[in-house]
Amino acid sequence: MSNTILTCQKLCAAVGDKPILHDIDLSIGQGEVHVLLGPNGAGKSTLGHVLMGDPTYDMTGGSIEFDGQDITELPPNKRSLAGMFLSFQAPVEIPGVPLRSFLRAMVEAHGVQMKNKQFKQRVQELAQQLDMDPAYLDRELGVGFSGGEKKKVEMLQLLLLQPKLAILDETDSGLDVDALSVVSRGMELYRRDCGGTLLIITHNTRILERLAVDCAHVMVSGRLVDTGDAALIDLIDAQGFERYETQLEQA
Amino acid sequence: MESQNTSPAPARKRTQVADVDRSMYDFRYDDSDAQKLEAGLTPDIVREISQRKNEPQWMLEHRLRSLEIYNAMPMSDWGPSIAGLDMDHIVTYVKPNTEQKSDWDSVPDNIKDTFDRLGIPQAERSYLAGVGAQYDSELVYHSMQKSAAKMGIVYSGIEEALHGEYADLIKEKFMTLITPHDHKFAALHGAVWSGGSFVYVPKGVALDYPLQSYFRLNAKGAGQFEHTLIIVEDDASLHFIEGCSAPKYNVANLHAGAVELFVGKRAHLRYSTIENWSKNMYNLNTKRCRCEEDGEIEWISGSFGSHVGYLYPMSILAGRRAKSSFTGITFAGRGQNLDTGCKVVLAAPQTSASVETKGISKDGGIQTFRSSVVATAAATGSRCTVSCQSLILDDRSRSDTIPAMDIRCKNVDIGHEATIGRIGDDKIFYLMSRGMSEEEARTMIVNGFAEPISKELPLEYAVEMNNLIKLEMEGAIG
Repeated sequence: MSNTILTCQKLCAAVGDKPILHDIDLSIGQGEVHVLLGPNGAGKSTLGHVLMGDPTYDMTGGSIEFDGQDITELPPNKRSLAGMFLSFQAPVEIPGVPLRSFLRAMVEAHGVQMKNKQFKQRVQELAQQLDMDPAYLDRELGVGFSGGEKKKVEMLQLLLLQPKLAILDETDSGLDVDALSVVSRGMELYRRDCGGTLLIITHNTRILERLAVDCAHVMVSGRLVDTGDAALIDLIDAQGFERYETQLEQA
Repeated sequence: MESQNTSPAPARKRTQVADVDRSMYDFRYDDSDAQKLEAGLTPDIVREISQRKNEPQWMLEHRLRSLEIYNAMPMSDWGPSIAGLDMDHIVTYVKPNTEQKSDWDSVPDNIKDTFDRLGIPQAERSYLAGVGAQYDSELVYHSMQKSAAKMGIVYSGIEEALHGEYADLIKEKFMTLITPHDHKFAALHGAVWSGGSFVYVPKGVALDYPLQSYFRLNAKGAGQFEHTLIIVEDDASLHFIEGCSAPKYNVANLHAGAVELFVGKRAHLRYSTIENWSKNMYNLNTKRCRCEEDGEIEWISGSFGSHVGYLYPMSILAGRRAKSSFTGITFAGRGQNLDTGCKVVLAAPQTSASVETKGISKDGGIQTFRSSVVATAAATGSRCTVSCQSLILDDRSRSDTIPAMDIRCKNVDIGHEATIGRIGDDKIFYLMSRGMSEEEARTMIVNGFAEPISKELPLEYAVEMNNLIKLEMEGAIG
């Protein structure tokens, strides 16, 4: 593919004294779809959070370059403004803040010029596309939302912002079939509307069925142990991660 | 007829305002002998205040009696320290009344800046800005008064009302809910009170829109010891907003106002306040309401400014099935120690009260929620719930909850719950990952926390409160 949108070199991260990610080298081309697979606890979500700049983790080594800019030292909001997006596995609840107001603040933070009416229309339209009851727009962000509704809200934000890179952290986890298909639709719309780049973190390959995956990465015990094309996904579907774990133990 | 009565009022009021200001100003000059000022409060000074206000004899006697009580009463020894308040120079605290005349130019820059950023309603700002603006502010008042007056509602300065139609009623009620014996500052108030509102809502009259005290606050110049007396007769209803106190930014040191509210049978009163004093203010305000049978009082209270604040609006549920609800928020920032809450007396059968408060502390601020719930022997079948949530924004700040309950009868249902928490880092990261700065993220979370209170406020006040929070979060108010 053409330009590289994200490059990690020798990325290491820890929580307190505990190292989690080791020497991650990752390169994602603009407009590509990458998948990060791995067993539970491998560090996949940590990588997503570290890329977004979550202060919970200390980046203990390496660098991150995004869209031609070294963002290693940038706070999360600057990364967001640069065009990076993280869909959370467990989106937070903000009592007292209506979803609509939050979305408005988000759009404003990004300096998007949008009249109120236009904003309202766009949000309404997206809610419809994602099978979301518009009544949710007036509810407090995340409060009392089901898992599926929370994920729809993440997809709505993705489509509203149209970032250059979207990292979807286990967006498919814990969803029923209907919600899953909505998330898939969201990803398709994102690809269709702005040709965005995807890094999909998952341990469930079902969500990938309707996507043309360019590249799959396998993470085990905080290391990237394999990279390949879409065929790798089928292989893992068939064989699991056991052989990587064995390899690591032997090493 | 009634509208005829009121139509000359604005003109009269405008003159009167000028008179009051001037005389207060003169008063200061008359007493310009510094030694006399240092001597503290004397009966002569109190007599002079009364005389200048041309008060009835009973009020003078009330003032002198209050002064005696004040002098005899010890300073309270609980709550935040008020040691910084120099009571020997209390006259100098009376005196700043006279300085309310200060023009906009003499308001410190940071305060002016604050006004601008608060988006204080234009009418009010322009009033502060100069003489011409008085007119604007008065129009607001006048138009309200005009339509309300048609319903027989009286809304005027209390000093003026002492000579009006309801003079006897005022004499009957004045400082009976808050007596000079209650505490030292109530006694001080009784001696030197000045300015304030009188509202009378006749039987069965319901006012659909709120009365606001914008204008009055500006015009009186009195501020610090104002007395508000509101009587809502049986089956009547009123929403009163004790307006933005921002105009008092330029007045320093001590505020010891009193608010007395009388709610008749089946009557309803909502009393909303946003207090936003300058941060060198000792706000020792006293507010009480008495509710008769099936009467209802709703308090909405926002406390922002002040160096030290003691504020516990009290509901006395004197009649069967009387109701009270209190919704309040307190924000204590740098250098602030705000001790707020409320008091409820369940004094009749089947009364009910609810208290919901939010407290926020930041930059070393101390925020204390203090409540007192008393169920008298007569309170059978009554209930009261108290809920208090606090948010501490950093390690230097502090929140406390001090609920007191005094239950003297069986068959009552009293509950209390309190939570104290912090803003989760995960929430801040989430909002930042959406492009907001850390400050914007915190502000959004705190505004959300305050939302149950702001949604009870009229829109312009809710906006103002959100702006106040925003300013506090920026640390823009020094």
